Amino acid sequence: MCLALPARIQERTGEVARVLLGDAVMTVSLVMTPDAGVGDWVLVHAGFAMQEVSDQDARETWMLVDEYDVLTPDRPLEGFQ
Amino acid sequence: MSGVRANVAAREALVARARARMAGLAGELGALAGRLGRPMAFMEVCGTHTVNACRSGVHSLIPESVSLVSGPGCPVCVTAQRYIDALVGLGRRPGLIITTYGDMLRVAGAGGSLELARSEGADVRVVTSTREALEVARRNPDRDVVFAAVGFETTAPATASAVLTADREGVENFSVLAAHKLVVPAMTTLLENPDVRIDGFLCPGHVSVVIGSEVYRPVVERYGKPCVVAGFEAVQIMEGIVHLARQAVAGEARLENLYPEAVTPGGNPVAARLIDEVFVPGAAAWRALGEMPASGLDLRKRYQHLDAFHRFGIQLGDDQEPPGCRCAEVITGRCNPLDCMLFGRVCTPIYPVGPCMVSSEGSCQAYFRYRRHEGRRRAPSGAGSVT
Repeated sequence: MCLALPARIQERTGEVARVLLGDAVMTVSLVMTPDAGVGDWVLVHAGFAMQEVSDQDARETWMLVDEYDVLTPDRPLEGFQ
Repeated sequence: MSGVRANVAAREALVARARARMAGLAGELGALAGRLGRPMAFMEVCGTHTVNACRSGVHSLIPESVSLVSGPGCPVCVTAQRYIDALVGLGRRPGLIITTYGDMLRVAGAGGSLELARSEGADVRVVTSTREALEVARRNPDRDVVFAAVGFETTAPATASAVLTADREGVENFSVLAAHKLVVPAMTTLLENPDVRIDGFLCPGHVSVVIGSEVYRPVVERYGKPCVVAGFEAVQIMEGIVHLARQAVAGEARLENLYPEAVTPGGNPVAARLIDEVFVPGAAAWRALGEMPASGLDLRKRYQHLDAFHRFGIQLGDDQEPPGCRCAEVITGRCNPLDCMLFGRVCTPIYPVGPCMVSSEGSCQAYFRYRRHEGRRRAPSGAGSVT
């Protein structure tokens, strides 16, 4: 319940924004991040943007979220079972 | 996101770096464990840390003498059964609509779950945001709409925002049944319990976005326990564990924030103001931990007209845990899910007995999904009370 993911703001109308979260377009409230604008990345939790994050951090989070096999039985780290 | 997805080379490079970093951290943790010469146990306070540590395989890189124990960080799991009973009872009232996050649907109280009530005709609707709950109320002006407000400081501002909006717009049929919890009182209460022996806390990432890292300072200074705030990726979790182990080996207790890209010392001031405007800290009943002063959030008198407890005259009853269920011990780090006799036998995600198996963030469900083949655990490790 307490996981937030970075989403990019596409359009802002007052306190509400349309964001792209992964492949999903959704509407979130910007009441907690009043300075966020179009193109900015925000951490989204339960329909609310909680914090702005940098472009690099957001992209890296998504790359690692997408990449489930950082550690998997098929690709164990050398020297570890 | 297609632009990001298309960048395969950048992703491969990032994953390669992550794997190299992970191997380095695992090696260092092994060396630290050897130097300390005694078992050590760290508590991941947040349920999402528990799930991601299990899912990503972090556990497989941790030496036997280091235990990761679950804490009271899954909002559904810590919600007292008396609240579930009140919520389900409310849901059974004719004409009333319950709106809830999906996690709460299947948690059973003495009189069944919201899901059961829905199958018997109750109008229970899953929402992903308080804004949706409010929209349900706007569209059904002749019916009472109650939002089941459960969660830590991460979700409390969203509830506060809905309360303020409902008050401003005069959405009179909307109310919240609030059971929000505060993280730090749970941590300090655990430390007062002599049965709970841990060497430090892996502090939650996204709760800390709201409340800031400095709130853990008293845990460090008063109780002498290291606190490390970490993000949720596998490498970030491993970094957190290694930093805790370094402190344990050095005999130190410090506050470290390893997630500064999202967590600031003071947190999000707007979110904090929202919480403060609508709520006031009050005594709250927790599963396993009992009733603790100033560990929950009560609606301020100013917003009493939007308080479902007040509107419907609800008095909370007693808690009756399901027979044999050890969820209370699991969320206080005193029992590993694998050691519960119900685990995987009569208690599974399809037919859950306790809340830790119901919730996607619950320790039991995480262990069932990712670690159930490990079987029952070996001899007691000695440090953490989880064996």
